Amino acid sequence: MKKTLYTQVEGGKGFYLLLAALGAILLAGLGAVYHMEHNGHWVTGMNNQIVWGMPHVFAIFLIVAASGALNVASIGSVFGKKMYKPLAPLSGLLSIALLLGGLTVLVLDLGRPDRLIVAMTHYNFKSIFAWNIILYNGFLALVIVYLWTMMEKRMNRYKEAAGFAAFIWRLILTTGTGSIFGWLVARQAYDAALMAPMFIVMSFSFGLAFFILVLMASYKMTCRPLGDVILARLKNLLGVFIGGVLYFVMVYHLTNLYATEHHGVEAFILRDGGIFTTLFWFVQIILGSLLPLALLYHPATGKNRTAIAIASLLVIIGGIAQVYVILIGGQAYPLINFPGFEVSSSFADGAINSYSPTAAEITLGIMGIAVALALVAVAVKVLRFLPESLADEAVDPHHKA
Amino acid sequence: MSDMKQPEQSRRDFLSLGAKAAAGLTLAPGVVLYTVAQAKPDDQAVSNINRWGMLIDTTKCANGCDACVTACEKENGWGNSGSEKHSSVSQKPQWIRKVELRHKETGEQHSLPMMCQHCETPPCVDVCPTGASMKRADGIVLVDRHICIGCRYCMMACPYKARSFQHEALTDQSPNAPRGKGCVESCTLCVHKVDAGDGTTACAQACAAEGHNAIIFGDLKDPNSEISKVVAKYATKQIRADLGLNPGVRYQGI
Repeated sequence: MKKTLYTQVEGGKGFYLLLAALGAILLAGLGAVYHMEHNGHWVTGMNNQIVWGMPHVFAIFLIVAASGALNVASIGSVFGKKMYKPLAPLSGLLSIALLLGGLTVLVLDLGRPDRLIVAMTHYNFKSIFAWNIILYNGFLALVIVYLWTMMEKRMNRYKEAAGFAAFIWRLILTTGTGSIFGWLVARQAYDAALMAPMFIVMSFSFGLAFFILVLMASYKMTCRPLGDVILARLKNLLGVFIGGVLYFVMVYHLTNLYATEHHGVEAFILRDGGIFTTLFWFVQIILGSLLPLALLYHPATGKNRTAIAIASLLVIIGGIAQVYVILIGGQAYPLINFPGFEVSSSFADGAINSYSPTAAEITLGIMGIAVALALVAVAVKVLRFLPESLADEAVDPHHKA
Repeated sequence: MSDMKQPEQSRRDFLSLGAKAAAGLTLAPGVVLYTVAQAKPDDQAVSNINRWGMLIDTTKCANGCDACVTACEKENGWGNSGSEKHSSVSQKPQWIRKVELRHKETGEQHSLPMMCQHCETPPCVDVCPTGASMKRADGIVLVDRHICIGCRYCMMACPYKARSFQHEALTDQSPNAPRGKGCVESCTLCVHKVDAGDGTTACAQACAAEGHNAIIFGDLKDPNSEISKVVAKYATKQIRADLGLNPGVRYQGI
């Protein structure tokens, strides 16, 4: 196999147009942050019942996707699959970018973002949130080291070790993200050990979908060859991950459906929940899982690049819907403090809580994606992340045209 | 350092002398005012000798009465006594609320106040990343408004929905409760009254003033306190006892 040659991308008109578009979203996002933080959260749709809203949906989605985006590199370095090795630098870069995008949103939604330094200096080590702060920072540091070992010749001999460490770290990190919900004993929709592994499989799927899209877009925009062999590998893997997420979602709901205690929340999400039911069945399951599976595996569409791109995009949309259903749906269903009783109060006890996100919250969330994409765009311009060619003969020495 | 402490020390001694004098203040022969004796000097840390709690007798709690809520609002400066101008009803904080219950099968009805249950092992304290959510040694669960970053994870974790987020800037806060935009707040068990040695809370006082006496405040570790005597004699309940959090607030009659 020929040695892979990595180069910076050329900064053409398209590149600067892309940066300008992302910059405009960033500006709009910063405007939304100013609006929310200057006035206070009363300008948002969030309240004392739905305490985490749209910004958190995007933040959690991006953080989950971030750890998954590193998988492509891990498959090369930890599992020794040669074909994935040229993709490793982009994989590492995308994981850092997505994490920073997610964290930006999370931090800018805080009630007191000015106290971020407090979160770095005061730790309650029983809090999974506090652990996550350490896990996120550690992940950034480890992946940067991993990238350094890949991109600096003298450090090459350490890249397997760095890749292995980053892989283990990312598994712990997503366990931490899932446990934000898994360890909430009070709420009907959470309090499940399954949340941690489910979030890990979700990360595989969302992260890879993001990776495929960024890979296809950057190769198309820079007119670099991207062969079918590598795309076929990636899309087949995405299909496996989509199936994995479906399996975990099924086990979660079946377990809840078996326990009478949870029939209320299950009926709410699966049948009576209005927007949540629609998002679950129509967006998460049909549009975000079954349709991409069909697109990726059907002989008529499985080799079609547009179909692969659409399938990846649908996985991302389905993933955002899934996080929305878990996060907002889980809060919309009331706490059960008095089983067997009809409950009412001035504080929405016993009531289904409603949430209408405002434009500011949605803009802040989308800003997270823009931050991630802008970071990737700038990084591939200034550093050598992208292989010159991912044509079939470049990635597979045994390939016969 | 010790030199610097001396003036402060003598001031404290003087104040303490005053407190001692007040503790045994004889109003009339045979009538001695003892309440001030419970006041803890400000330089003395709270200890786990006490476990403050409340017992709410739902059979005495009147449907439609919200004297406890109004008293808490006034005492701590929220709700009708707060300065919120913009927050919607679902965004306005509620430290205490009246909950109406009706059993689906039997139709039995109850009315009761819900507030922070001051758990022995509070989930809000477990999840708080900075330690702003904390429990004092005497069992009172509070938010340290200096290090609360407004992440609201405690609100996700609380089984009783006892906490509220402050959605807007406030003015003229009550000195009893330092509330502010972007932080989380909840019932403090009238910690300022407890520390002043009042031996009661605004809600319990208001309930008694209405003649209901549905709320008993007291020290669960003092076997001679009224609350200890009642919980030792009658069946009382902790809400969501299945979670094993051992709340300091108990209910009778449900």
